Amino acid sequence: MTTTSTAPNEGTGPATGGWDALPDSFGDIVRSDASLSRFLHGLPGVDQVGAEARAASLGTRSIKTTAKEYAIDLAIRMVDLTTLEGQDTPGKVRALASKAMRPDPADPTCPAAAAVCVYPDMVATAKETLGSSGVHVAAVATAFPSGRAALDIKLADTHDAVEAGADEIDMVIDRGAFLAGRYKQVYDEIVAVREACGDAHLKVIFETGELQTYDNVRRASWLAMMAGGHFIKTSTGKVQPAATLPVTLVMLEAVRDFREATGQMVGVKPAGGIRTSKDAIKYLVMVNEIAGPDWLDPDWFRFGASTLLNDLLMQRTKMRTGRYSGPDYFTLD
Amino acid sequence: MTFDYAPAPESRSIVDIKPSYGLFIDGDFVDGHGKSFKTISPATEEVLAEVAEADEADVDAAVKAARRAYTKVWSKLPGRERAKYLYRIARIIQERGRELAVLESLDNGKPIKESRDVDIPIVAAHFFYYAGWADKLEYALPERGHSGENSRPIGVAGQVIPWNFPLLMLAWKIAPALACGNTVVLKPAETTPLTALLFAEICQQADLPPGVVNIITGAGDTGRHLVSHPDIDKVAFTGSTEVGRAIAKAVAGTDKRVTLELGGKAANVVFDDAALDQAVEGIVNGIFFNQGHVCCAGSRLLVQESVAEEVLAKLKRRMSTLRVGDPLDKNTDIGAINSAEQLARIRELSDIGEAEGAGRWSPECELPQNGFWFPPTVFTGVSQAHRIAREEIFGPVLSVLTFRTPAEAVEKANNTPYGLSAGVWTEKGSRILWMANQLRAGVVWANTFNKFDPASPFGGYKESGYGREGGRHGLEAYLEH
Repeated sequence: MTTTSTAPNEGTGPATGGWDALPDSFGDIVRSDASLSRFLHGLPGVDQVGAEARAASLGTRSIKTTAKEYAIDLAIRMVDLTTLEGQDTPGKVRALASKAMRPDPADPTCPAAAAVCVYPDMVATAKETLGSSGVHVAAVATAFPSGRAALDIKLADTHDAVEAGADEIDMVIDRGAFLAGRYKQVYDEIVAVREACGDAHLKVIFETGELQTYDNVRRASWLAMMAGGHFIKTSTGKVQPAATLPVTLVMLEAVRDFREATGQMVGVKPAGGIRTSKDAIKYLVMVNEIAGPDWLDPDWFRFGASTLLNDLLMQRTKMRTGRYSGPDYFTLD
Repeated sequence: MTFDYAPAPESRSIVDIKPSYGLFIDGDFVDGHGKSFKTISPATEEVLAEVAEADEADVDAAVKAARRAYTKVWSKLPGRERAKYLYRIARIIQERGRELAVLESLDNGKPIKESRDVDIPIVAAHFFYYAGWADKLEYALPERGHSGENSRPIGVAGQVIPWNFPLLMLAWKIAPALACGNTVVLKPAETTPLTALLFAEICQQADLPPGVVNIITGAGDTGRHLVSHPDIDKVAFTGSTEVGRAIAKAVAGTDKRVTLELGGKAANVVFDDAALDQAVEGIVNGIFFNQGHVCCAGSRLLVQESVAEEVLAKLKRRMSTLRVGDPLDKNTDIGAINSAEQLARIRELSDIGEAEGAGRWSPECELPQNGFWFPPTVFTGVSQAHRIAREEIFGPVLSVLTFRTPAEAVEKANNTPYGLSAGVWTEKGSRILWMANQLRAGVVWANTFNKFDPASPFGGYKESGYGREGGRHGLEAYLEH
């Protein structure tokens, strides 16, 4: 199956992709906690040692010269440039938005990042700066990062962000409910937030550091995909460990299997802890070899990161000029 | 634009291959009396070096040197002194690891990823491990009542090793022999002599007393002279069951001690409750690791019928991502077949599989023009009656069979003249233990495959040979009863 997609840098509206209606076949599965539990616990298990060994072995791929240039530019286009701090100000967000549009002011051939990711109250500011640049605004909603609030508050949070112009909503699941086996509640929440998103795309954050086992990551992936998430995302960045290669591997297997079962493609976003170009390239190798080349696109794979971008830029400059330049030659925003 | 990995070749400038090599006897490289032969790179058919072929007189000289070293020096050294040499060798192997890895990949055809990350690290680990035993032998085999005075070495060991893991098999043979106080004459395979000869240089570098390790190169005749030499006390062989039989006959009626590590046709058993993605990795690693040139390769996949289709689909998708090509490229997963002869055998058996009606499948992959290459191949619809399910192919060829119940899986897995290894994939712990008790195989891996550790004994049942290498058990073969 092939999917046509438009890179966010080129288009103006939200990325196409994702899907609009639930396949009927999930009707029976998502009816109750019991039916969901039967389905999710019936998925093949994940062997921890084997999954970690596979991720480590993909990490030994040697990406050089033209392949490295391609990977670095692609990684820049996949960055959701993120600031999620209590100390965020409109000035900080404007600076970040400028950086996302022109990551390397010295080099106009440098592609833009995919999106900036902010709290809902900063969406309007970000949107104002980004205008019609094609760089998206993503907002973390639903009582991020803990998700400990009533559903109507989470939905109001989502509505706020969408109304302020967010193209993408990054929601958190209720990890407590998930770990207690109340899968139906988690499912219903995702469905409700998805509805509140309107045209905005929904990324579902699992906080894999709290789910802890790979079996849980696989189950959460299927739950979120069945509930209509456009993206599944590892972490908030507020809990350690955040994104890891093996966790992302399990999620990439899930989106691959989901497409095989339903024809629908779902994106993957590892977030938190990815700081170097070397790391980013390892992730791209994994996307390429686990999910397949169709996912090598900002519509289907993102990095939730902040410091990563400058390292990508330094490597990019090194590839083009043959020289390493110091950190002072790249903007800190 | 697609993500095409650019070539990432490991530089071969680190190795210094001489145009010709002599025999390593009594601490020095000497010219042989016999002819010489060429060793080539199986990936390009480029001649790498000329190597001496040891004749009967050369073998005799090597055994005499080993005997002298045994009597005068090595058997008299306290264990802790022997250990110092072994530790030194292990450290030099680590220091020269990249050189050894590149040379191994050049001469054998295996991917650099594998020689760098698997072979050479385990080689070093083996020397470190047995170095640790050298001064503790009296505690090694308490069940045999060993005490300080009766943990005696056997004498001179004649060792013949195969071409699939040249340096690793050398380590499996030499490390325990030396730790126990024996001296050795070792013959590497005729297609892969170079790392053994580099190991000889490492022995010099480590100041190992002359004659403790002797390396003689050559083919079948050289091996025959070695194992039938009257002054050899112990024969250790890894290789084909056919040659193993001939060796067993040759030493019958003598008081030589023998260990044989021979062929295999291992079953890799996947139950329907297995972690399927990791099981697929294990299947791939089981049969395509080292081009399938592995005696314990999981060459028969036994998959439960209820998941057979799903597993096969996943397996084929995974096989499509395997990268076949230049062994020195760091991204190569499958390298070259070791020799024209072996390639012919793989082709012959694969053609027989097709003629007998099994479904043959390989992913699309471009094979280099020169050298010896065979694509990763899977046969479906195979039954126990097919030759490809009975005979060891020793190449990247997997036969897929199905089963319905655990009892049927055991029956089929054991229904082979071999018994070297087996794999079990299930998330059910009790079933793993039950299967391990039922399977007649020297090694049973659970939810993994082709894992080697110097502390773990390795060896076969039935036609896969006798004796154990590795671990505490590996010392037994080199100590007097």
